[in-house]
Amino acid sequence: MDTGSASRRLFDLTGRVALVTGGNRGLGRAIALALADAGAAVAVLARDEAKNRETLDALRARDSRALALKTDLADRPQVANAFATVERELGPVEILVNNAGFAILKGVLEQTDEEWDQVLETNLTAAFRLSRMAARSMAARGRGGKIINVSSIAGNFGTPVFPSYAVSKGGMQQLTRCLAVELAPHNIQVNSLLPGWFTTDMTDWIRNWPEYAEALKEMIQRTPRGRFGEPDELAGAAVFLASRASDHMTGSDLVIDGGFSVR
Amino acid sequence: MSAPAMFDLAGRVAAVTGGNGGIGLGIARGFAEAGAAVAILARDEAKNHAARDELIALGARALAVRLDVTDRAALAPAMAEVERELGPIDILVNNAGIARPVGATRGELADWDRVIETNLNAAFILARLAARSMIARRRGKIINIGSEYSLFGNPIAHSYSASKGALIQLTKSMAVELAAHNIQVNAIVPGWIESDMTAPMKSRPFYQEVLRRTPAARLGTPAECAGAAIFLASSAADFVTGATLFVDGGYSIK
Repeated sequence: MDTGSASRRLFDLTGRVALVTGGNRGLGRAIALALADAGAAVAVLARDEAKNRETLDALRARDSRALALKTDLADRPQVANAFATVERELGPVEILVNNAGFAILKGVLEQTDEEWDQVLETNLTAAFRLSRMAARSMAARGRGGKIINVSSIAGNFGTPVFPSYAVSKGGMQQLTRCLAVELAPHNIQVNSLLPGWFTTDMTDWIRNWPEYAEALKEMIQRTPRGRFGEPDELAGAAVFLASRASDHMTGSDLVIDGGFSVR
Repeated sequence: MSAPAMFDLAGRVAAVTGGNGGIGLGIARGFAEAGAAVAILARDEAKNHAARDELIALGARALAVRLDVTDRAALAPAMAEVERELGPIDILVNNAGIARPVGATRGELADWDRVIETNLNAAFILARLAARSMIARRRGKIINIGSEYSLFGNPIAHSYSASKGALIQLTKSMAVELAAHNIQVNAIVPGWIESDMTAPMKSRPFYQEVLRRTPAARLGTPAECAGAAIFLASSAADFVTGATLFVDGGYSIK
């Protein structure tokens, strides 16, 4: 008896087409590679061409049909073109991972309108627009689909350090819930991943900048696991939410934070 | 590590209370298919044996232990039997649960006690026994099965709601306490799932109300709870602790 094979099929993504925004670094890269490991063809939409090339090589080394498109998520026509290119080159998108995001380390009182708009555009509005493109495509084919919004535990807490980021992530969780309800009749599941503190470029400030040394100490102390997560530790959750194994989960928040939120 | 391999449970030992039917058996089957050795801890011997034989047919090492989780004196011996027969425990699923829909003003205190003992106290005692064993090996997973009534008020089963709400708080507290030992404690909230527990509701108007409120517009299946349990039991969830996964077709967010 081939124990384990049924379970492997449950999480298998062979033949699926996935699109990961910001998939060339950090958590997005780990998710892209894990989806490829599970058998998916993966398209990465991100800005940095050198990182795109490096990620593309890593995806192809996994025998994944892969694509990396230089895309600024805040450039609306560019995003629409990139989405069309992915569907033309790899096939209809069945798994969308809205992961691209950035933070501006400024309180509300110091923040400019332009900074606020930039953060909301990239982190929230781009996710809405891509979800709409993907959902229309998924609904038209009638074979269901998966949308995964990479939010953050910052979406659940108040913070003076990156308020526009936290607002964008809270909005993303509401986007998840609303899309989940609207798209359920099309058998499209929409869920949020909420990473806590991970070792990525985005957390470089708290890990390495001297002026945040005290914040770092507090953060580690508050985290039951007592350390940062590694990007690979998030990837499994993305595969789970992209797979058949989560077909009755929709609209939910999957928190991956070493216990930070519950303390 | 390739992605599907990170969900592999080969070599792990799991115990599932109430694992001889419904959601518990769905999870037990999923664990067996993922390669784990599985012990079922439940009351009904005929159902226990049928479930055990089914797990063995799936290729798993399996064991059925007759256990009434309200019999406190029997809990430690049952866990000891699992460890003696299958090996040290890696995964505990506190799934056994009962409801007494008698109403807060009318029900007997004995009903309250019975529900709290089954759904909450037994889960705590078993989790503590498992954790003590897991600490020695610096690895373990405890999964508590909550309910939509962990969050929502229930018009007739107040004790069930109270026990399931408390189970989520127990999950968080044990997650915080055991994190340093690399033991992850999480909860699954199943929505309305096809099982003996939910079968009677199908003849009532309430069933239509549930379907209308559930975005997926159907009940889930025990097998659909297994995916979340396998994920939480596997190394793919090593940084997930204190969390609650909702397997409810969107019921709780509408």
